[in-house]
Amino acid sequence: MNEAAALIAATLAAGTPLLLAAIGIVISEKSGVVNLGIEGIMAVAAVAGFAAAHASGSAELGFVAGAAAGAALGLLFALLALGLLANQYATGMALTLFGAGLSAFVGQSLQGENLAARGTDGIPWLRELPGIGPALFAQHWMVYVALLLVVAVAWFLHGTRAGLVLRAVGESPEAAHALGYPVRAIRVAALAFGGACAGLAGAYLSVIYTPLWAEGMVAGRGWIALALVTFATWRPGRVLLGAYLFGGVTMLQFFLQASGVQIATQLLAMTPYVATIVVLALISRNPRWIRLNMPASLGKPFNPNA
Amino acid sequence: MTSLTLPFMLVPRVAPSRAMTWLSPLLAIVLTLAAGALLFALMGQDPVQGLRTFLWEPLATRRGWSELALRATPLILCATGLALCFRANIWNIGAEGQLIAGAIAGGGVALLATATSTRAFVPAIIVAAAAGGAAWAAIVAWLRDRFHANEILVSLMLVYVAQLLLSWLVHGAWKDPDGYGFPQSRLFEPAARMPIVLAGTRLNLGFIVALASALLLWLMFARGAIGFQLKVAGLAPRAARYAGFSERRLAWFALLACGALAGIAGGVEVAGPVGQLTPTISPGYGFAAIIVTFVGRLHPLGIVLAAFVLAQFYIGGELAQSRLGLPSALSGVYQGLLLFFLLASDTLIMNRVVRRARLVVAQ
Repeated sequence: MNEAAALIAATLAAGTPLLLAAIGIVISEKSGVVNLGIEGIMAVAAVAGFAAAHASGSAELGFVAGAAAGAALGLLFALLALGLLANQYATGMALTLFGAGLSAFVGQSLQGENLAARGTDGIPWLRELPGIGPALFAQHWMVYVALLLVVAVAWFLHGTRAGLVLRAVGESPEAAHALGYPVRAIRVAALAFGGACAGLAGAYLSVIYTPLWAEGMVAGRGWIALALVTFATWRPGRVLLGAYLFGGVTMLQFFLQASGVQIATQLLAMTPYVATIVVLALISRNPRWIRLNMPASLGKPFNPNA
Repeated sequence: MTSLTLPFMLVPRVAPSRAMTWLSPLLAIVLTLAAGALLFALMGQDPVQGLRTFLWEPLATRRGWSELALRATPLILCATGLALCFRANIWNIGAEGQLIAGAIAGGGVALLATATSTRAFVPAIIVAAAAGGAAWAAIVAWLRDRFHANEILVSLMLVYVAQLLLSWLVHGAWKDPDGYGFPQSRLFEPAARMPIVLAGTRLNLGFIVALASALLLWLMFARGAIGFQLKVAGLAPRAARYAGFSERRLAWFALLACGALAGIAGGVEVAGPVGQLTPTISPGYGFAAIIVTFVGRLHPLGIVLAAFVLAQFYIGGELAQSRLGLPSALSGVYQGLLLFFLLASDTLIMNRVVRRARLVVAQ
């Protein structure tokens, strides 16, 4: 029982950065824009969050800094891909490469630094419940914020008029433009939100999860989050499931190791990446099904002046 | 409803501007240097002195030039392969993984050499490296062909798998027993090292192979039927289908060729300047090659020139660290900036900037 509780708790912790990044991707992709720069945004936000938390001693300020850095990079992406009509895929790659370089550059002096100890994480009273307490309620509050964010995004997309407009912009920017909706402004806002979420994810990694800064620490989580959104066919509920599933896969390796299974760490560490490839292949087998669920204008440029 | 109004707006050109196609990379390089100078100033350095260290010093000596060509070698090889893929609209961004797979295969062969081995090992290493890289890319091609799996995500995930595979080998089976516990293979025998082509430097056969691959790419696109088919498939997939070109065959070809070239890059790197297998044999050459390919306009000559620019960034970053005490990751920042500025400048190929009319009809 104790071990199961530990596995569940570890899964929640490992799934949260994926969940935070993926829920932001849902919003930006629902508006019709693919941002492949999530990995780079997470890297920069991880450094920004760690630096802020390190300097101030407050994890909360770390999250603020991470989200701000993420939103700023989301806006930079918008400037290039929407303002200057650059290819979205190439712009995303540029952001990923720039983020890797910038984070390594800024973070060089933070390598090996530690953060001040936090108080006990979790929800008071609930975390003391036997069994389910340590399993579910002993996490940092950002884990629960991520859950609330999923609910909020699901409600926004499918329960509000603004969400309907966002989806319309992603399905047919021409039609939305003809109806008088500011397509570009909506997409800019969606990208800023996506960036801020990726920023929270990056800050969670460096401030709460690890908690330290190391070059390359994001380790493909931004890309896995992008893949997750496709697996989940852009639905928040399925994103939640997928993120925890992948969090569980990541954690399983440590539990296998701890239980004395004789497999090299490097081979076990491959599991999340191999799992992503396998699930991607299985889910893509029917391209029509993906196309049915995908926002119709995803990745296509739109110029209102053309 | 209000909308974002700027004093200028972009209007599509009737035809893409040929002049801007070639001016844009130059403009991007100038802007990157300007931003770089600003970066030096922000860090409290003299910008002129900073740029001098970053750009001029590597070129001041013959040895400097040879080191530049050495760094450009893997970039040219990977970028040549990526140009094939990008022409056909295949977004293989995992050349880094294919490079590592080639390094593993080539390094595996190199480890077989003994003190009495002959130079026949050199071609064997190159062939094995090409096969290793091609096999890694074949996974991408197969999943794309058979399952329609997105090649961006698959090729990228395979980079991490390749890195872990290499790490596993040098921590385990291939670890040097006399290496004081360091995770690295033993040094390759002289027979398994790339021959030096410029006496007194580290420049080796790999550079010649890289130039040959760029030349081959040029021939392929200027004269070859498959080059033409790739171009059509990338520009007008439906026209390619009507013409009876097999899209699947072209995708396999582009990915396997790219994998082989990236693999060779890995092979000549480990059997060249590195001389053994270590956990990190590439400072991201496979990713930097994406920038090289774009800056080089997918053209062989452009790729060779752009590879030298990016090689300069790597060496400049190291010099900035040793001379000015700045983090060597500076080169990564420069790389990212260059691609940003290139994408921004590229806007002017398809669009022109028009001043927005003062009088806007009320909506």
